[in-house]
Amino acid sequence: MATAPLLTATPSGDTLELRPGGSWTAANAATLERLSGDIAPQLDSAGIVKVDMAGVRELDTLGAWLLEKMSRRATSAGHRADIVGIADNYSGLIDEIRQVNRRTPAPVPVRNPIVTKLGEIGRGTIGASEDITAFLQMLGSLCIAILGVLRRPRSLRLTSLTYQLYRVGWQAIPIIVLITFLIGAIIAQQGIFHFRKFGADSYVVDMVGILVLRELGVLIVAIMVAGRSGSAYTAELGSMKMREEIDALSTMGLDPIEVLMLPRILALICALPILSFIGSMAALYGGGLVAWFYGGMGPAIFIARLHEAVSVTHFEVGIIKAPFMALVIGIVACSEGLRVKGSAESLGKQTTTSVVKSIFLVIVLDGQFAVFFASIGM
Amino acid sequence: MQDTSEQFAIRVRDLVVAFRRHVVIDHLALDVRRGEILGLVGASGGGKSVLMRTIIGLIPRQGGEIEVMGAPINHDRATRSAAGRWGILFQQGALFSSLTVRQNIQFPLRENLVLSDALMDEIATAKLEMVGLKAEDGDKFPSELSGGMTKRVALARALALDPAIVFLDEPTSGLDPIAAGDFDALIKTLQKTLGLTVFMVTHDLASLNTVCDRVAALADGKIVAIGPMRELLQSEHPWVRAYFHGKRSQMLQPKAS
Repeated sequence: MATAPLLTATPSGDTLELRPGGSWTAANAATLERLSGDIAPQLDSAGIVKVDMAGVRELDTLGAWLLEKMSRRATSAGHRADIVGIADNYSGLIDEIRQVNRRTPAPVPVRNPIVTKLGEIGRGTIGASEDITAFLQMLGSLCIAILGVLRRPRSLRLTSLTYQLYRVGWQAIPIIVLITFLIGAIIAQQGIFHFRKFGADSYVVDMVGILVLRELGVLIVAIMVAGRSGSAYTAELGSMKMREEIDALSTMGLDPIEVLMLPRILALICALPILSFIGSMAALYGGGLVAWFYGGMGPAIFIARLHEAVSVTHFEVGIIKAPFMALVIGIVACSEGLRVKGSAESLGKQTTTSVVKSIFLVIVLDGQFAVFFASIGM
Repeated sequence: MQDTSEQFAIRVRDLVVAFRRHVVIDHLALDVRRGEILGLVGASGGGKSVLMRTIIGLIPRQGGEIEVMGAPINHDRATRSAAGRWGILFQQGALFSSLTVRQNIQFPLRENLVLSDALMDEIATAKLEMVGLKAEDGDKFPSELSGGMTKRVALARALALDPAIVFLDEPTSGLDPIAAGDFDALIKTLQKTLGLTVFMVTHDLASLNTVCDRVAALADGKIVAIGPMRELLQSEHPWVRAYFHGKRSQMLQPKAS
């Protein structure tokens, strides 16, 4: 049934007679576009254009539009265009196509690129200040929720808290142990490799001990938790927001902050110091193993040196930071979750934002703590 | 054979679809004539969408034969290449959210045809106007559209390649009565101008009454009644009686008598 499309143009005097034939359908789109493009220049010169449709076997929107375009070109050049011999079953389509593309949409005004750029910067600044407001707002409502719980201790959702603690604490242990173990091992290996040149291998223990206990243990664990649990919080709360579950909670007279966020953030605050401790121990263990097998420093010497090198202060400096980092991760994750709009894309976007923002803030916080501890001499 | 494939757009014979041991479609037979609008009704969860998705090859079947426009449909690659012959309007529109409306409509064109960008834009605008939208709407993203507009854009995309058959999955669900009525009228108009065969899964009694040439009732995995609306209203099958003579269907009665 499908046949190759044809278009013959026979000029007779002032009249240009076009005879389309065959299948004018989307299947032959490329051929059709070439045919109608070739004929177009002749349309401008002819006085009367006559399109005889009798030869057309098949016609669809694309074919009809190309024919319509030719007749429009002739008309706009000030000539007459007649279409004759339309089969009954295609007359509806031709009539429909005559109506379309008549109105040219208003052109989009071209904006000055500098103004656009400035606008973007301005919007970014406002967005950043809104972020700070949202963070402080969440911190404030969290404090109010905590005060409420202190007044009525029974309103603390213990079941939820335990469950969240299990999820962000207990279930996170294997991956945290694995990662920090590897980090400790890598630091020890690098240290031994480079310190050996100065004959200072034994100071590797000092480096591993101080670095892990003060900074890396808690930082790596916080980043892992932000990626693992923070994103889960945002996605959970975001999908609850999307399905109007949070609205349902508030209409029942419950405070979503108290019911949903408080147990989650408290769980994080409890879990992160424990995880940091476990992580630090795993990192020291990894460092110790590398020192033994790669550096030839036996466990007894390693532990003895470690005993000399680190004090409880180093451990305290590390572990004090953990709950604050947990608070930041929790607040960012929850407030980003509440900013999810109706669509699935915004859920994905907000989850990404949550992770990026909380990792950034965790590192900034770590830097501020470093300044603080240095100034108080810890 | 030539006659039947000329006459019928879709032929389903002895179709069986089951999920594990739960048989959803049980030896079902259905013919859809060329150029008609067939409405499919059935209980929620009764397999209407399963039947539609099986016909278009999204769900594998346990047995039976399906022929669309004279070509057998199997759950394989060959069928996928035949996808140009049909357009599908999914219930939620299924517009690609990262593309604008115009790009959504152009997507099937771009993938299947070799066309210049200018012509592609013109065709997309033509389709937009045919489904009753404005050329300006082409630059919007799916998230900026109302429910009725989403359905219209999805219909425009389904019609992008001028298919012979369109499958509509609950086209009027989630629309207010005015928008639903407009959409029904649009389907009817397009069906006439483009000579479409329309396979429509719906619960909307009003659209069954106004748009559909024939209505098929699916119950217990079989087509229990098929015919024009007034024949179905006479049907003695208990489920069909309950469906069309329930309280919500009372509005249909004056017309039927």
